[in-house]
Amino acid sequence: MGEKKQLKILCPNGHLGFAPTKEKSFWIGAKEKPDYYCSDSGSNDIGPTPLGADISVSPYEWQKHDLEVMLIASREQGVPMIIGSAGDTGTNSRVDMYVGMIKDLAGKHNIPKFKLAYFYSDVPKELIKKKLNEGIVIEGLDGRKNFTLEDLEKTDRIVAVAGVHPYIKALDMGADVIIGGRSSDIALFAAPAIRAGFPEDLSYYLGKVLECASFCAEPYAAKETVIGTITDEDVKVTAMHPKQRCTIASVAAHAMYERSNPFFEYVAGGMLDMRDCDYEQYDEKTCRITGPKFVPIEGKVKVKLEGSGKIGERYIGIAGIRDPYTIKNIDTVLELVRGQIKELYPDNDYQIHFTVYGKNGVMGDLEPVKEIKSHELCVIVEAIAPTKKKAESLAIMGMRQIFYARLPEVKGTAGTAAFIVDEALPASPAYEWTLNHIIPVDDPMEFFDVHVIEVGK
Amino acid sequence: MKTKKLADLAKTVRSKNASPDKVTFDIIFNEKENYELVKSSGCLTRETIMELFNIPNERISDFVEFDPAYAIKFTLYRSVTSGSPGESDVFGCQQYPPLLDIEIPVGE
Repeated sequence: MGEKKQLKILCPNGHLGFAPTKEKSFWIGAKEKPDYYCSDSGSNDIGPTPLGADISVSPYEWQKHDLEVMLIASREQGVPMIIGSAGDTGTNSRVDMYVGMIKDLAGKHNIPKFKLAYFYSDVPKELIKKKLNEGIVIEGLDGRKNFTLEDLEKTDRIVAVAGVHPYIKALDMGADVIIGGRSSDIALFAAPAIRAGFPEDLSYYLGKVLECASFCAEPYAAKETVIGTITDEDVKVTAMHPKQRCTIASVAAHAMYERSNPFFEYVAGGMLDMRDCDYEQYDEKTCRITGPKFVPIEGKVKVKLEGSGKIGERYIGIAGIRDPYTIKNIDTVLELVRGQIKELYPDNDYQIHFTVYGKNGVMGDLEPVKEIKSHELCVIVEAIAPTKKKAESLAIMGMRQIFYARLPEVKGTAGTAAFIVDEALPASPAYEWTLNHIIPVDDPMEFFDVHVIEVGK
Repeated sequence: MKTKKLADLAKTVRSKNASPDKVTFDIIFNEKENYELVKSSGCLTRETIMELFNIPNERISDFVEFDPAYAIKFTLYRSVTSGSPGESDVFGCQQYPPLLDIEIPVGE
């Protein structure tokens, strides 16, 4: 193809809906008449609960607001809008929710007819079971062991992480708006560039630099708009906020963000190698990048799977401690507490955790400060059990046993814990990440089915 | 030998999840001089990280000096996956403070 000499993509938000898009820089960007409006709406930063429980962590109003500004601008201009990882997790229910929002907004603003494409990425457990039984290896990432049927038992929900493939297909089907299931954030920016005939090397880099919006600019500001421009030779990225600039340092530093290594980025279909990237200050607000390389995978495409499983119901108890001797011997106190609980609940179907703020509540075993320097401690008791009733009893037991834990030298004999409320508080159920793995596929579209509907007047 | 704390030499010292199973640390400098100073000081290496956090070498998945960004970056495997029971920093964003006090020799 390559009928266009350049392609401009606007990104207003690095995690659409998580905090609202700042409108001022968005409308400055819209005046540049980009060819696409793209934003990812997902993250696995938010822990395993949203995926497992199939909920969003972003408020409905913010999600809808962010979709609204993008929909108005892109429809006014008559260019496509692409959203990946709908509703934080990209599950089917989140895709349906975003599709519903787009329909509502089209009605609200009397938008003329347009094509809305969406694709799902939930993966049925049965399908994974079948693959495992066929001997397909589901390879663990980041030091994890390969996935087993036993791990599958512990899993409640699985999403596959899309590469460029379903986005290119949706654009081929004439989509004006795309709502994607779980996706690699870089893919939804790379897809339109690849489809327009630009080199994969630069197209994937375009996605890499744009996916977090203004995080690639300085000074630091979140949810501000940036625009990326791709040609056959380079990628340029420009900050739209009047006070932000994309500099060599800010763009290079962004390559490191939330990644274990600044040189490699993996996506379904290959790896982006940024070791030979060259950064250059193009103008006041623009950084120019050349030299990234995309290395297609040898053999079958490997699709990443994310999975979450419920461990149990959860209650939280809060206990404050001011007695200096108890503080000094908090480890002994908690050992006594654990012993008491074990005596009362000798079975193994529960977990109880004590997070001690003032000691190492934030860093746990990584905390280098070993000596407690605080005159107060706050102990969070986290109890997880098969039923709410049992979780509540355990959390209360944890609190009470701290209250009663009297080391012989303690002068105060009426109680060693101060309570804000003498009860345990219900918390969301506990989940864990069960899948951070990759699976080989014959067809990169295997987990993603693209649908197109007509919306608007 | 005079020293300065890393906090006084670096522009950014941060930590953040890099997948549910890892936390990554970025130490970024405004100017080449401070970057080179810290890089060549031997005070921020795999070995000093192992000592500071009291972890074996296997816990460090990556240690990178990244010249274009004037940045030193390393990544640790988590002992407990993000958001799991008993885990108390779901974003991994409050693990960097011990780095702030690392003393870097700055000459006479």
